[in-house]
Amino acid sequence: MKMITKALLLTGVLALAACSNKNDFAGDDVVDLNAGANAGAGFGADAGGASDPRSVAFFQQNVGDRVLFDVDQSSLTGQGRIILDGQTRWLTENSDYTAIIEGHADEQGTREYNVALGERRANTVRDYLVSKGVPSSRLRVVSYGKERPIEICSAEDCYAKNRRAVTVLAAGLSG
Amino acid sequence: MTFRVMIAVLAMLAMPFVAVAQNGPLRIEITEGVVEPMPFAAPDFVAESTAANEFAEQLARVVVSDLQGTGLFREVPRAAYISQITSFDAPVQYADWKAVNAQALVTGAVNVNGTTLSVKFRVYDVFSGTEIGSGLQFAGTTQGWRRMAHKVADQVYARITGEQPYFDSRVVYVAEQGPKDKRLKRLAIMDYDGANVQFLTGSEHLVLAPRFSPTGDRVLYTSYETGFPRIYLLDVGSVQRRVLESQEGSMSFAPRFSPDGRTVVYSLARGGNTDIYRMDITSGTSARLTSAPSIETAPSYSPDGTRIVFESDRSGSQQIYIMGANGGEPKRISFGQGRYGTPVWSPRGDLIAFTKQSKGRFHIGVMKTDGSEERLLTASFLDEGPTWSPNGRVIMFTRETQGASGKASLYSVDISGRNLKPIPTTGGASDPSWSPLQR
Repeated sequence: MKMITKALLLTGVLALAACSNKNDFAGDDVVDLNAGANAGAGFGADAGGASDPRSVAFFQQNVGDRVLFDVDQSSLTGQGRIILDGQTRWLTENSDYTAIIEGHADEQGTREYNVALGERRANTVRDYLVSKGVPSSRLRVVSYGKERPIEICSAEDCYAKNRRAVTVLAAGLSG
Repeated sequence: MTFRVMIAVLAMLAMPFVAVAQNGPLRIEITEGVVEPMPFAAPDFVAESTAANEFAEQLARVVVSDLQGTGLFREVPRAAYISQITSFDAPVQYADWKAVNAQALVTGAVNVNGTTLSVKFRVYDVFSGTEIGSGLQFAGTTQGWRRMAHKVADQVYARITGEQPYFDSRVVYVAEQGPKDKRLKRLAIMDYDGANVQFLTGSEHLVLAPRFSPTGDRVLYTSYETGFPRIYLLDVGSVQRRVLESQEGSMSFAPRFSPDGRTVVYSLARGGNTDIYRMDITSGTSARLTSAPSIETAPSYSPDGTRIVFESDRSGSQQIYIMGANGGEPKRISFGQGRYGTPVWSPRGDLIAFTKQSKGRFHIGVMKTDGSEERLLTASFLDEGPTWSPNGRVIMFTRETQGASGKASLYSVDISGRNLKPIPTTGGASDPSWSPLQR
C-alpha cells in the first residue's frame, strides 16, 4: 500500500516536472527537418528498396547523392565528377524525377557567407549535370549555408562531410 | 510639481570609456584608461500608494542592474546603508551616504493609479552635496514597469557619463532549440537585458538574421518558408509579414534597412553568384549595386545613408569594402591577417564592427572606416554577427560553443574590449539586432 502511494506520488512529481519542463517551443508543431534538408527524399523512398535501380534508395546508396568540397572551395574533386556522372546517367534513365540540389557549408564561416558559398557549391553541381545533358528545367538549387550539418562534431572529419552538395530527388513533371 | 521634462542635450564625446573624476561635478569620463567603477546607491523607491508597493523594490533593482551592467558603476551593498529613503522630498542626508562611500545616489518614488504607473527620480552627487540635473517623472503602464526603470537608468547614465544612453531598447534575435543537426529556429524579441521575451514566428521554418528598422517597429529577416531563402518584412506590433524578394530561381538574404527606413539593401544569389541589391520597400523596385563573379554580401549603410560597407571574396578571401549607396567601385578597408566578414557601421559613424576569422579562431573587432586602428574585442571558437547598442558603446554578438553539444548564445562587450558578458536567454540564441532607443 505504501509502495503504491509512493509510486503515485512519484508519478505526480514526474508529471509536474514534465509540465515545468515545457519550454518556449512547446505547443508548436514538431517539424521534421529531414523533410527538407539532409534526407535523401521524403517520398518515394519506399517504392522499391535499394535493390530496385529505379528507386530513390538506389540513387542514394548506389549512385551516390552527394559530393564533398574542400574548405572554402566550390570546385569539384575527381571523385565528385565520378559521382555526378553516375547521377547524370540515373537522371537520364529516370526522366520522371526532378531534383533540388542542396548546397551546404561547415560551421567554420560566417552565416551569410556560408549561404553564398553553399549556393556556389549547389550551382557547381547543377552546371555540371546540365553540361552532361540533364535538362536544366529538372534541377533547382538551394543553399542552407551552415544551418543543416549532418555531422555535429567540431573537427575536420565532421566538417568534411558537411561541406557537401546533395541531390535530393522528387517525383514530378519537369518544366 | 517641480518636475519638468528635461531635454538633455548630450555631448557626443568621441572618447571611449571611464575614469572617475573626483574634482568638480560628479562625472564618469569614458576613456581608454583602466576603470574603477563608481560606487552608487539606489535604495528601494518610495511607494506613494499601496498599489505601488510591489514595484518599489523591483524598479530600484532594474536601475541597479542596468547601471552595474555597464561595468562603469558598482552598487554599495544595501546592508551598509545608514539612512533609508522614506520620503522622496525629504532632504538627503549626504553625510550618511558619504560614510558608505556612495558617490552617486539615485532616489525614486512610484505611484500606481489603475493601470498607470508613474515614476519620479532624482540623482545626487553625494560628495558635493548637489543634485545632478533636475527631478524627472515618467508615466507608463504597470505592465511596462521595466521600461520605466530603464528610462530612469538611462537618465542617470546620461547625466553622469555625458553619453547617449541605451537601456530602454530591445533586441530581436533568433531563438534556437535542439542539437546542431536538428536545430529549430524562430524569431524572438526581448528587452536589451533579456527580459520580456516574445516570439514573432513559429519554428516550423528556418529563419536567419533579423534586422531592426531605424524606428524599431519593423524587422527584416530571411526565412525558408517557401523552401528557399527569401527576405521578409515583419511588423513588430501586428506580427504581420510579407515577402519582399521572391524572384524565381534566386535566393535573397542578408537584408538591412537604410537609415531612413525606406530602402532595404540585401544579397541576391543566382547561378552561383551572390551580389548586393537594394530595393525600395514601398514600390518594390530593385537595383543591382555590385556585379562581380565573387561573393558580395552582408551590406550595412553608413548612418548618413551615403555609403555601404560589405564583405566580398573578390581578392580570394573574405574582406571588407566600402562603396557609395548607388554602387560604383568599392574600396577595400581590411588588410590584416585572416578573413573579415559581417561588417556593421556604428550609429556614430566612426567605426565598423566585424567578424574576423584567423588561425582557427573567431573574433569580434572594430576598425575605423578607413580600416585603420583595428582592435579585436573578443576571441573564441566561434564569435560572429556584431550589432551596435543605440549609443555605439556596446556590441552584442553570437557566440557558439564547440563540439557535438555546441550551443549558441548572446554576449555583449564594450568597444573598449571590457565588460564581456552573456545576455540571459531561455534556450539558445543567435543573430541579435539591437533596436534604437525607444521613444
